[in-house]
Amino acid sequence: MATSMLFQMRRYCPLVPCLTVARRHYASKPPSVFNKFLLQFNQRFLEVEYLIRLGNWFKTRDVRRKNVFYVYAQKKYGVNVAAAYCILKLGGGFRFAGQTQWFRSDTKGKFSFDFVNTPDCTIEEIDLSSTLINHDGLHNLTSQHNLRSLHLQGCPEVDDWFLSRLHVFGESLQELNLSHCPRITVGGLAALQHLRKLQKLDISSLPRLQNPGLVHILVEEMLPHCTVTGAEYDQGLQIQTDN
Amino acid sequence: MYRWHKIWFNVRICKASSLLKSNNCSRSFSTGRYVRKDHITQDLEKQFKELRDKVTAALPGSDWSPIKLTHGLPPERVDIVIVGGGVIGWSIAYWLKNKVMSRDSLRVLLVEKDPTYSQASTVLSAGGIRQQFSLKENVQLSLASANFLKNINEHLGVVNEDPIDLQFNHSGYLFLASQASAHIIEENYVIQKEQGAKVMLLSPSKLKERFPCLNTDGVALASLGLENEGWFDPWTLLNAFRRKAMSMGVYQCFGEVTGFRCSTQNAETMDGDLLNIRRIKHVNVQMANSLEYQPVECAIVVNAAGAGSGKIAEMAGIGHGPKTSMMSIPLPVEPRKRFIYVVHCPEGPGLECPFLIDYSGVYLRREGLGGNYITGMSPEENEEPDCSNLDVDHDFFQEKVWPHLAHRVPAFEGLKVTGSWAGFYDYNTFDQNGIVGLHPLVNNMYFATGFSGHGLQHSPAVGRAVAELILDGGFKTIDLSAFDFRRVFNLEPMLESNIV
Repeated sequence: MATSMLFQMRRYCPLVPCLTVARRHYASKPPSVFNKFLLQFNQRFLEVEYLIRLGNWFKTRDVRRKNVFYVYAQKKYGVNVAAAYCILKLGGGFRFAGQTQWFRSDTKGKFSFDFVNTPDCTIEEIDLSSTLINHDGLHNLTSQHNLRSLHLQGCPEVDDWFLSRLHVFGESLQELNLSHCPRITVGGLAALQHLRKLQKLDISSLPRLQNPGLVHILVEEMLPHCTVTGAEYDQGLQIQTDN
Repeated sequence: MYRWHKIWFNVRICKASSLLKSNNCSRSFSTGRYVRKDHITQDLEKQFKELRDKVTAALPGSDWSPIKLTHGLPPERVDIVIVGGGVIGWSIAYWLKNKVMSRDSLRVLLVEKDPTYSQASTVLSAGGIRQQFSLKENVQLSLASANFLKNINEHLGVVNEDPIDLQFNHSGYLFLASQASAHIIEENYVIQKEQGAKVMLLSPSKLKERFPCLNTDGVALASLGLENEGWFDPWTLLNAFRRKAMSMGVYQCFGEVTGFRCSTQNAETMDGDLLNIRRIKHVNVQMANSLEYQPVECAIVVNAAGAGSGKIAEMAGIGHGPKTSMMSIPLPVEPRKRFIYVVHCPEGPGLECPFLIDYSGVYLRREGLGGNYITGMSPEENEEPDCSNLDVDHDFFQEKVWPHLAHRVPAFEGLKVTGSWAGFYDYNTFDQNGIVGLHPLVNNMYFATGFSGHGLQHSPAVGRAVAELILDGGFKTIDLSAFDFRRVFNLEPMLESNIV
């Protein structure tokens, strides 16, 4: 009876719950030390988020460091040397126009600086497969107007914004390999329409394409003079069978 | 109580004895359970259950309260109230919090009228972004916004949530100009190049070569955006801003701003004119579907209500002063209805389809990969449709849009309209450009409105500019002082020639 009376009272005077309930802070038992710790963290949401962001910042530090814009090298040695240095720093390889020799860094990331002696040679072929290049790093290479072939096989940081910047090579690029890049979608492939000289394009095994077969057809239509390697035409399509 | 206790004990004894029995003796042969027909005890159990429920409901941590409360009331006191929860409003909220970087030292409340966003201009837009404007401020805003969208996950990523996928489609805008308007495109091209936009001019023969599906009759010059142009999903951007801003502690309230309580102060100008300077003290927020409203005490109001911002400004007395005074000049922003039609045409241009803008005003863009396109055009000034609802005028497509479209892209002779919708532009009737800045007579109302259809693409940069204006006292990154309200008083329009 006493409890029901208490409830009647609670309904009519709002002070009673303060007396009966608010004195107890916790519903059943005080929280464990871990939960207390979490509750304290809740008060410090922004700081915790900042710490986590800092952690992410450290994780992506490598990507940023490899894609910095080499202003100093460009000023002192010229754009070609800066581009060559950027490629070798990323762990890729390149070939100067008119030469057959490829410059590459060894497994430890070390390379010879012979290319500094030929600042007038432009780069013709670049192989950046499985490197960390992104759209910031591409900024170092935009001066190479004789670039014929670019290999970007399996680059984790190559995304649609990267592809949208490739228009700078529109008058020279003949061969482009984008296979196994995990971040490319169809929205970025539409930007390849500016590459009017393209003869060979590889867009196979792009995991984010939803209809790889259809995209293959559309890219072939978009670039009529280009041989496109990609998924089978019927991949991702549902073929209706008449019963 | 005593009676109940007795009965309760009796029941306990009964139960105990039956337990004992079942332990001692072998089980009876009856298969059905023994059902006690005791109404009082059943009632009692029910009552105890109710009591238990009530107790759990009243415990701290649940939202039960002895006084009936309306849910979702805004806080009584905040520092900044943002009116309008479109993409501009949420962007301002995000940048305000981002600049302060502290949870509660700046309390920001965002008031949005429609929780479903069913009539919001943001989500009903075509979702394009371009650099091809004629004013350098607009080009800068676009470039800054494109840069923001490029690194959107660094800006708007929330810990432990999925990364944001804007579904950005990198296809440039293609502006076509006739002989009469070719010089405008050339002038704009110079301005855009100066600001660092990547744009290319095309002659008609080059245009035909690039886009064989186009009919180039009447085209004298074309300009094509190469980089940072395209279209994306507006709803994703809006939600990304909202999610991030709310995680940073912005208060959201679904209600309608019905009025302001202002204090007035008289001042005299150098010429001896009397001025009435107002300051908003309270914002009245009425809850949805009820008469209840809450006055919110605040220091600053940001008017980002888009198409409805003219009405909000009127509530603060703007446009209601005595004639020949500054207060009598209303905010020149009004809703204008624009139709978007979805058409299906399997023979149309494929992946290479740009965001085509014809000199007749018709625009076209691809939608997905299945041969769908969206198209529309702005009507003439004297043929503006009625803005009271969002009904679509299908004759407008038949009479105005289709002839121009089929003339430009002959494949669209055989199109089929599969859908349509209408949305509002926050149309600035004065000069079709955004109004950003403080009102000179209501000295705590900031405007961020009147973008006439390019608010979505400028939202990240505009939000940052308004946050700088409020917190730093001036523009730091992009100088938008030319977009101030004063140009309306001084009758100095900043005309933008590339309005779609």
